[in-house]
Amino acid sequence: MATNGAGIPAPLGLLAELTHRCPLGCPYCSNPLALDNRSDELDTATWARVFKEAASLGVLQVHLSGGEPAARRDLPEIVKAARAAGLYSNLITSAVGLTPATLSVLADNGLDHVQISIQDSEAESADHIADYKGASVRKRALAVEVVKLGLPLTINMVVHRANIARVEQMVALALTLGASRVEIAHVQYYGWALKNRAALMPTREQVEEAVRVVERLRETHRGQIVIDAVVPDYYARFPKPCVGGWGRRSLNVTPAGKVLPCHAAEVIPGLEFWNVREHALADIWRSSPAFNAFRGDDWMQEPCKSCALKEKDFGGCRCQAFLLTGDARAADPVCYLSPHHALVAQLAAERTEAAYAYRR
Amino acid sequence: MEQAVVIAPDAKPRLPRGVRLTHNEAQGGWLLLAPERVFKADAVTAEILKRCTGEATLEAIVDDLVKAFAGAPRDRIHSDVVKLLGGLAEKRLLELS
Repeated sequence: MATNGAGIPAPLGLLAELTHRCPLGCPYCSNPLALDNRSDELDTATWARVFKEAASLGVLQVHLSGGEPAARRDLPEIVKAARAAGLYSNLITSAVGLTPATLSVLADNGLDHVQISIQDSEAESADHIADYKGASVRKRALAVEVVKLGLPLTINMVVHRANIARVEQMVALALTLGASRVEIAHVQYYGWALKNRAALMPTREQVEEAVRVVERLRETHRGQIVIDAVVPDYYARFPKPCVGGWGRRSLNVTPAGKVLPCHAAEVIPGLEFWNVREHALADIWRSSPAFNAFRGDDWMQEPCKSCALKEKDFGGCRCQAFLLTGDARAADPVCYLSPHHALVAQLAAERTEAAYAYRR
Repeated sequence: MEQAVVIAPDAKPRLPRGVRLTHNEAQGGWLLLAPERVFKADAVTAEILKRCTGEATLEAIVDDLVKAFAGAPRDRIHSDVVKLLGGLAEKRLLELS
């Protein structure tokens, strides 16, 4: 990994949360429970400056996300600014509220890649999960437009108890729509997903079956479609190297301009985040207290501190460590070496058939 | 692993829309940018990919590389190119028109 003089790596990716507004209400939304208001959103010129600063810091790809990024009327200008800065731009969209006409302008303005979320291969279930009647039909229609424009398409399928039995059908749908890539992303339990955990959590047997299905489909469709899977960590023995390590590979700018090491970082109390309205991005990356809080291994405790894998998984996820143990410096309890590991299985066993708390 | 993608000698490989070769000082050199991923490219890989414009055939690309890397045997270059391009095609990062 390339580093600057101070030994801090250059970031590769910037997640630009352009807005928290979204027509959908998915119960696993990764946005925080307290959403930014429209009136607090950064303007076009500020995003353009952030993109320029990001590129000179070494960022290669910008992920234009939200909320629903198309809720911003200046999305075409934002895409143009990303291209002008030399960034590879990836639009992460629900496809609801994005018209084929706007999409075509985005393509002309240099958009590189489109990722569309689809909630289920069965339309009725998909619309129920998104809490939006007719969403499924609109998503499929826009996916066709993406391919027609010659843009590469990724279909993102968030997997949980209500749709985990249909992984094969979801991959088949992505193929039908002409996607070159599909993400089978098991829910990660933060934000709204954490709130809905007992309603979303699949069983261990369901997860194991889903993993087997993905492995088989990868072989079947080699050369046709790339299947990337994000595994559910509540049933794992080793923690995930969350965001490739805190403050090592990516940064996340919220709609109001706060810069976070990951989208969930605001749940950790006591972290001081800096805002792009007040600081240059390079200063934030190198010097903001939040980014330096969990860099290196000075912050680690046992069992992480003496662990042979600490350079590989960085102790797992700081947010999950805090959310499940109350201590952000603890080992991610997903790790079998964590004294809190049994708690994860206990939480995974909690179930409710109650209605989702939709993201609002 | 068995090579799943076979490249014909008259195939004209090109990077599809959404796959770009770029040079970045802060990241230490050549990189291939693709949907949700970034691959480091060494100097030789970069020289191969620069020639994948959709105009030159596989054979023409190999011939050109033989000239550029004077001294390297053609067979060796040919097998390196086929291996790289086959791997990229399998990941949907290369078109063989």
